[in-house]
Amino acid sequence: MSGPRQSLPNRFGRFGLGLAAVTVLAFLMAPLIIIVLFSFKSSGDFTFPITGWSLKWYREFFTTPTWMDALRNSLVLAVSTTLLATPLGTMAALGLAAPQLPGRRLISALLLIPMIAPVVIVGVGMYFVFSMTGLTATYPGLILGHTSLAVPFVVVTVSAVLTGLDRRLLWAAASMGASPFLTFRKVTLPVILPGIASGALFAFATSLDEVVVTMFLAGPGQRTLPREMFTIARDTLTPTIAAAATVLIAASIVLLTASMVLSRPGANATR
Amino acid sequence: MTDRPIVDPAVPSIVSFRAVTKRYDAKSIVVDDLSLDIVKGEFLTLLGPSGSGKTTTLMMLAGFEWPNSGRIFMDGQDITDLPPHKRDMGVVFQSYALFPHMSVADNVAFPLAVRGIAAAEARRRVGEALELVHLTGFGDRRPGQLSGGQQQRVALARSLVYRPRIVLMDEPLGALDKALREQMQIEIKQIHRQLGVTFVYVTHDQDEALTMSDRVAVFHEGRIQQISPPVEIYNRPRTRFVANFLGETNMLPGTVVSAGDGFARIRLGNDAVLRGRAGDGIAAGQEAVLVVRPEAISEIHAEANTIEGTLLDQLFHGDHVRVRIAISGGQTVQLKLRPQACAGLPPAGQTLRLSIPAEEALILA
Repeated sequence: MSGPRQSLPNRFGRFGLGLAAVTVLAFLMAPLIIIVLFSFKSSGDFTFPITGWSLKWYREFFTTPTWMDALRNSLVLAVSTTLLATPLGTMAALGLAAPQLPGRRLISALLLIPMIAPVVIVGVGMYFVFSMTGLTATYPGLILGHTSLAVPFVVVTVSAVLTGLDRRLLWAAASMGASPFLTFRKVTLPVILPGIASGALFAFATSLDEVVVTMFLAGPGQRTLPREMFTIARDTLTPTIAAAATVLIAASIVLLTASMVLSRPGANATR
Repeated sequence: MTDRPIVDPAVPSIVSFRAVTKRYDAKSIVVDDLSLDIVKGEFLTLLGPSGSGKTTTLMMLAGFEWPNSGRIFMDGQDITDLPPHKRDMGVVFQSYALFPHMSVADNVAFPLAVRGIAAAEARRRVGEALELVHLTGFGDRRPGQLSGGQQQRVALARSLVYRPRIVLMDEPLGALDKALREQMQIEIKQIHRQLGVTFVYVTHDQDEALTMSDRVAVFHEGRIQQISPPVEIYNRPRTRFVANFLGETNMLPGTVVSAGDGFARIRLGNDAVLRGRAGDGIAAGQEAVLVVRPEAISEIHAEANTIEGTLLDQLFHGDHVRVRIAISGGQTVQLKLRPQACAGLPPAGQTLRLSIPAEEALILA
């Protein structure tokens, strides 16, 4: 290429690339933006143009007992799932990182099945297995269902940081007299903590958004936010659903930001 | 035969390897029937090319690798199956292995915290250790904020602060540039003298081995070829491999004519017969090589033990001149002369006689 000024085809190429990127981004963002706009619309229909703004759908969302019930259920499930999936997934990742483990690839593939298999299949399967053990329509059943979907995400994120962990750090700790447990607590855990935290956020988000397995396993009274939205969207479409969706979107953005902050390079440089 | 342990019975050994073998699979033997005694307080260097078994030997001593057979003893106690954290050794790695989430001071204090040493005492000893490696005032920094040389000093301080009985170093200066490496060599040597701790040092750099060590063990294909003080390793190599691996050397093949009194005569390809010190098991009639350093061959007009050749070229290197001489039989001999000594040399293409002092020539099997 010639000098600092870019040639015409090159400039045209850059413009084309920018246009394509913006188009794809707009396509991805449009549904979310429309939902957020409708949630603030004063009239109760899903049509443009928007003539007046209002917070009344939010008021309705936060004052209707069924919605609040669903929100509370969703949060309880998400927190329980996170508390269960994070240690399980972390331990699995640690086990998979052990150099002497036989059949590592097979075990790893089995662990990741819930992430790859169609969720409907997983849901149907869980329904049959759980109904045999009396776990359907119970909170423990829902938590277990969500946990099995969330564990693979924790395994993947923790495994990623473990592969970056220098074995010699552990050797150095051992040579200085630290027992394997102390080495884990003082060296391994602090170094992989950002990975564990981002795995936990994925687990939380997985449970919060989950609808398919919930549909199969939940009892009639066990509303969750996505399930309630699904029901409402099918029966009586009210803008309250847009308000609920906006709340979920906001929560997702917070979680995503948190996970990006945690996984940015040098995040563990400050204690 | 060549890996027979050489120990002064008067000095107690701190570590003993006895017939230690390590293999990763049936074909690749990494360490082959190794017996080695490490003397208390010495600076022992394990020297060899990559894959020669030196690092594996060090890792077995640290407890990160286990031998397939043989035993390792420390102070008479069998430590072969002892886990690394019960061995009381300091280890320094080429990659520094500093804990990235801790400050420099916390890194150095780690082994003290493990031992339950009180905070005030620990702080004092961390200060001393950082002073020893010239890093006073760096305690609050993170490892990532230090240069490579500084990080390696922190690692060194951390491996010394709890006064382990033995400090193991795996190519600790391998990641540093030349000037820094030479400075660190001097500092490590000083620390060794100051503390009197046993150092076992792995390197593939022959200069490093010669300058720093009390003894050098030369590894080749999983065996120790020779273990001797640096001067002896350099001047009296016992195998062709050792002669070749340390420094430059001339090797002239021939047939041994006679042997006795620690000397032997060898007939080279051009029928010249030269005298030199006889290596292990040299007997008349066998094929052997005459080994002589470029700086040992000197004078041009001498009467005994000489060989004739044609001067090929001279290369000026500042403090010395390299002269290449072709001797009949297709061999080339290298000389390293002081520039002043080259004044009387004939021009290229002329013949001249080289004198090879029998004391400094070796005849090896």
